[in-house]
Amino acid sequence: MYTEKVMDHFAHPRNMGEVEGANGVGMVGNAKCGDIMQMFLKVNDDGIIEDVGFKTFGCGAAVATSSMATELIKGKSIDEALKLTNSAVVEALEGLPPAKLHCSVLAEEAVRAAIDNYYARKEGKAEECNTVTTGHEEEKPAED
Amino acid sequence: MRQVYMDNAATTALNKEVLEAMTPYFTEIYGNPSSLHTPGQLAHKAVANARQQVAKALGAEDAEREIIFTGGGSEADNMVLLGIAQRYQKKGKHIITTNVEHHAVLYTCQRLEKMGYEVTYLPVDEYGRITAQQVADAIRPDTILVSVMFGNNEVGTLMPIPEIGAVCREKGVFFHTDAVQAVGHVHINVKEMNIDMLSLSAHKFHGPKGVGALYVRKGIVIPALITGGAQEHNKRAGTENVPGIVGLGKAIELACGSIDENAPRMTRLRDKLITRIPELIPEVKLNGHPTERLPGNVNFSIKYIEGESILLMLDLNGIAASSGSACTSGSLDPSHVLLAMGLPHEIAHGSLRLTLGDDTTEEDVDYVLEVLPAIVKRLRAMSPLYHE
Repeated sequence: MYTEKVMDHFAHPRNMGEVEGANGVGMVGNAKCGDIMQMFLKVNDDGIIEDVGFKTFGCGAAVATSSMATELIKGKSIDEALKLTNSAVVEALEGLPPAKLHCSVLAEEAVRAAIDNYYARKEGKAEECNTVTTGHEEEKPAED
Repeated sequence: MRQVYMDNAATTALNKEVLEAMTPYFTEIYGNPSSLHTPGQLAHKAVANARQQVAKALGAEDAEREIIFTGGGSEADNMVLLGIAQRYQKKGKHIITTNVEHHAVLYTCQRLEKMGYEVTYLPVDEYGRITAQQVADAIRPDTILVSVMFGNNEVGTLMPIPEIGAVCREKGVFFHTDAVQAVGHVHINVKEMNIDMLSLSAHKFHGPKGVGALYVRKGIVIPALITGGAQEHNKRAGTENVPGIVGLGKAIELACGSIDENAPRMTRLRDKLITRIPELIPEVKLNGHPTERLPGNVNFSIKYIEGESILLMLDLNGIAASSGSACTSGSLDPSHVLLAMGLPHEIAHGSLRLTLGDDTTEEDVDYVLEVLPAIVKRLRAMSPLYHE
């Protein structure tokens, strides 16, 4: 069902866990749908993402897309990270089953939420974590 | 790495004795049971013998008239619901079932609703049970069928079948039970339990896949679901799956003949898992009834983590298990059974089902108990919902 790359990122997640001194934190999804992703960014004065970490409640694809998203933005500038798309995550994982594509969308949204939190904090008005409750009510695949 | 199969509610390994019984019917005795010649009649005899084995295992009176072979449990369920609805619609268009049935029953009921039938879905309690009183209260003059599963495929809960059977018999309403998970694992007697119709599937008791049977009490008329031939007394067209039917017969004979040895052994292993898992892992909840459950079923919700992740991690450690997680079913909703029992969505997503078989050993159970706590710890460390 999953590609080797997905299984590799699931079994050996990269950048898992909170980041000390993070200055951009975002959380998306909801437990009702079965996926929550939390993204931690440590952005330096030059606007480069020095360190990144994630925590995820969800299926194998949710863990793998979070892990891959952190790899794709680590060491990049904020502007580059904002360009991260869900399809780039899927491509880097060498594909996802159709029913799991929403996980890659969530990974993209988690990065955005963390960056929003970074900007908000710079303006001195943000809470510790930017929590965006998103649901993904998709059309159910045909039974059988 | 040690390989442990704990998904026997999904399917079981074919018993070697069953395979031996089946083999000649692929290559040597390959005649069509409808043919008049000797090879055909030998195949016919084998099918008739299997029918006797099924009737005997269920306590049915008349094998020839009461046992119909089908392509599996789902087909048997479809045949009962659609057939009774069609044949007895003049009496009424009301059917009673529960909200934890297998989809073979639930989706067929939904089809019937679209065709103008009315279905009452009795709600279960926190353990996944209904009472006979609920059935009695729901029966109306236009009720034509009550369909309640014997043992639940996800949480293992056993329904009070003899009591429901007695209520239905007293009120004169047909009673069907989907006993796919129960046959071969707990004692069943259709006469003593007042069961009018019963569905079963061979591969759930170490028989082959793709073959099942339906018991229909003499006097009840179920029209054919598949037409085109006179096989199975005009009830199921198509050349009989002779090796499969022979395998079903042998498997049911072996399984029902060894319940007294296997059930206590499996119950002991089941209860070891049920006792030890909460001791080793904090914040878990047993799903299903603590004692009124199938001998091989263990189902836990493990808080703060998601079911598919647990399965994948177990699989990486050589353990095959199952989950009521949405992610394993291709939809975003977790198990309808767990939701019906009142579990919140987030907890229903984190369920783990371990189902034991005849071949499960104490060492298998110990291996699961060794591996599972570390997996849960690791996934919880990854979870934004978990705070130690």
